[in-house]
Amino acid sequence: MLNTLSGLFTAAVLAGTPLLLGALGEILTEKSGNLNLGVEGMMFMGAITGLAGSYYYEQAVIQSGGTPTGVMSALIALFASFLAGALGALIYGFLTITLRANQNVTGLTLTIFGTGFGNFFGEYIGQQAGGYVAVSDVTKGVFSRLNIPVLSDIPVIGSLFFRDNWLVYFAIVVAVVMAWFFNRSRVGLNLRAVGENPATADAAGINITLYKYLATVIGGGICGIGGMYMSMVTTSGVWVHDCVSGYGWLAVALVIFATWSPARGMIVALIFGGLTIMRMYINIPGLPAQIYDMVPYVATIIVLVVTSMRESREHAQPKSCGLNYFREER
Amino acid sequence: MSVAAEYAVKMHHVTKTFGKVVANKDVNLELKTGEILALLGENGSGKTTLMNMLSGIYFPDHGEIYVKGKEVTIRSPKDSFALGIGMIHQHFKLVDVLTAAENIVLGMKGKATVNRKEINRQVSLLAEKYGFEVDPSKKIYNMSVSEKQTVEILKVLYKGADILILDEPTAVLTPQETERLFAVLRNMKADGKSIIIITHKLNEVMAISDRVAILRKGEYIGSVITAETDQAQLTEMMVGRPISLEIERPAVERGEKRLQVIDLTCLNGDGVKALDNVSFDAYAGEILGVAGIAGSGQKELCEIIAGLYPSIGGSVLYSGEHDGVAVKERILGLKPDEIVKKGISMAFVPEDRLGMGLVAGMDMTDNVMLRSYKSAKGIFVDRKTPRELAEKLIDELEIVTPGVDTPVGRLSGGNVQKVLLGREIACQPSVLIVAYPVRGLDINSSYRIYDLLNEQKKKGVAVIFIGEDLDVLMQLSDRIMVLCGGKVSGIVDPRQVTKEEIGLMMIHTGEEMENKEVTA
Repeated sequence: MLNTLSGLFTAAVLAGTPLLLGALGEILTEKSGNLNLGVEGMMFMGAITGLAGSYYYEQAVIQSGGTPTGVMSALIALFASFLAGALGALIYGFLTITLRANQNVTGLTLTIFGTGFGNFFGEYIGQQAGGYVAVSDVTKGVFSRLNIPVLSDIPVIGSLFFRDNWLVYFAIVVAVVMAWFFNRSRVGLNLRAVGENPATADAAGINITLYKYLATVIGGGICGIGGMYMSMVTTSGVWVHDCVSGYGWLAVALVIFATWSPARGMIVALIFGGLTIMRMYINIPGLPAQIYDMVPYVATIIVLVVTSMRESREHAQPKSCGLNYFREER
Repeated sequence: MSVAAEYAVKMHHVTKTFGKVVANKDVNLELKTGEILALLGENGSGKTTLMNMLSGIYFPDHGEIYVKGKEVTIRSPKDSFALGIGMIHQHFKLVDVLTAAENIVLGMKGKATVNRKEINRQVSLLAEKYGFEVDPSKKIYNMSVSEKQTVEILKVLYKGADILILDEPTAVLTPQETERLFAVLRNMKADGKSIIIITHKLNEVMAISDRVAILRKGEYIGSVITAETDQAQLTEMMVGRPISLEIERPAVERGEKRLQVIDLTCLNGDGVKALDNVSFDAYAGEILGVAGIAGSGQKELCEIIAGLYPSIGGSVLYSGEHDGVAVKERILGLKPDEIVKKGISMAFVPEDRLGMGLVAGMDMTDNVMLRSYKSAKGIFVDRKTPRELAEKLIDELEIVTPGVDTPVGRLSGGNVQKVLLGREIACQPSVLIVAYPVRGLDINSSYRIYDLLNEQKKKGVAVIFIGEDLDVLMQLSDRIMVLCGGKVSGIVDPRQVTKEEIGLMMIHTGEEMENKEVTA
């Protein structure tokens, strides 16, 4: 029993981390008043570029006669996926912030674009590599579980908390920093004002366009890293067709479940992660797998119902989220 | 600057157009250092547009602006702050989920982190200096309108503004709150601040300002020293012709009992009683005024009668006639369309004109059609009749609009209200409920609205008038019902009570007032 539970916990952390990263990116974006439904697309873009970055780095180093290092490979994957997600968000930002296109439509388009982008290049690179694309063991090793001296060896606690891959800790750090940023920093306060009431923020001399662009692009980059997690950790550095498959949408649901709070996002990501892999640990005979897959969405709907019943002003979506801002509109 | 310039602000030949509409044409305005200047003008006369050019929201097409003696270019709100100009907008620019102090420091330069204790302390100090009362750590969504306004003013003071622009600051305040605001403004003037106050309430102009500048239809008419003028002259300058400030109360024989409201009780969103055993009658051919502090249950009362809000007890009885047949109905709990089906023509002009009353993005024809399209037969709607009605309304009510195809959201407040009231009156109601019909309207439009209400009264309509300006209520209504915290604290004859007595009833419920009641 205890073994099952600790196994479930570890697996939930593993499955919840890409959701957390996607959700954190989307929280940052929505705090600026932009509802970017392209999380799935940006995760796909991050997934393929992260993998491709590591793969081509290894190939290049091997061809020139050297040995690729895992740290370098991981860093390249990190930056490549961040840039790809940011690029997707930049397209979205240009359309919605500068050209004031409809946010929902643009976001959905980005999802379709990103999915195609990921799968196309995934297959293409696979073809070039002769069937399928996979990174070498060096890179795989750096994305597998860490073994931190002393900490990892603590009984129970060590295996629960200190044997995850580095992206898990990275995501937690991002969440903590973001929570601090929204609540304690001046820039974070300004950003919240932009998302809540851009006219007010504008009148207070805050550069709305700049804030919206930065939040959207950085948020997109974080989503991209979440996608890279899918291709590097979940599928162990092998490109699997449709590898993100719905995780981006789960991340959007998670934003709602977490009521736009990065700190709560960590707990909710753990719950969602647990729910997505639950069927492998808690097996109810005869219950179809699809029912398990529905659980996170059902949970989101329940949270939506509860939060709207409570009519909480603070645990709600930023007020101007989804609306474009134009100063001289009368 | 060691010696303050004589003029804090000078605007020369300023012109601003929106598409074809000229909002300001060749306007000259001067604000002396350390004075309170009232900027007077009707709705749509370009007061707010002119001030928005000072606060950096709009950029003028032509003209020069001098601040403290130097010619300046104000491209954004930031530039405006840098010059020490702070504007308190009519629609508050506050972030609901942040605290008062957080709103005040918003957009300011400073340390990367926000030290809440420190900013709360600073805000408290500033508030104390000018005699404000505010809790810096209170969230905006928990605040009353006057508290929000206080935060707005503190916001610009905190930023070090010495030129303050207030856009209709008293429109949402009770008389007591207005008095308190004026005291603060006088403190600020004594502190050397220069203040422009936009308003169209003449008694307030007389009470607070040193000088008055008048705009009419986007043009600058002139300025006068307050001490050397009177309300009649100001009105004439503002409207362009002499206008009587008396509100008529035509004597009409009271008709039958049209609405009988018995022990009406309802809850608000928080489960607290918003109305508590409210009983009254409304008669044909009279205007029943409803007075009370904002949020005393007025909104719920209107909406229950109109069939839009649930009640938990009581009854509303209607009696009238339809096509020569007497109609007697219990209407409580019926939906608006069910009320119509019973042959009862009830018109409701809600407080929220562009939300509940009209669709801002639709043009006049479509808005007029909302009232009638259901009665058409067949699958196609008839556009011609509503279009003709819309054109008729423009003519009769002197609605200023480019045409019936312009979205009503683009019209000024007074014209929006005319569209709404005109549409409601056009369906010949037997009961007309109007909530705050002249809020935000200028004198000319307000008097037009009063005339329209009186016309309805003469036609034998039972008019229920929810008002906030006691002077108006007392001049226009035949009887006044005073609400206090959802209870009726009395129904009085305005000819027999004083404004102070009504003011007292607004804050005291109950039995102690019974001697003031007149038998209906």
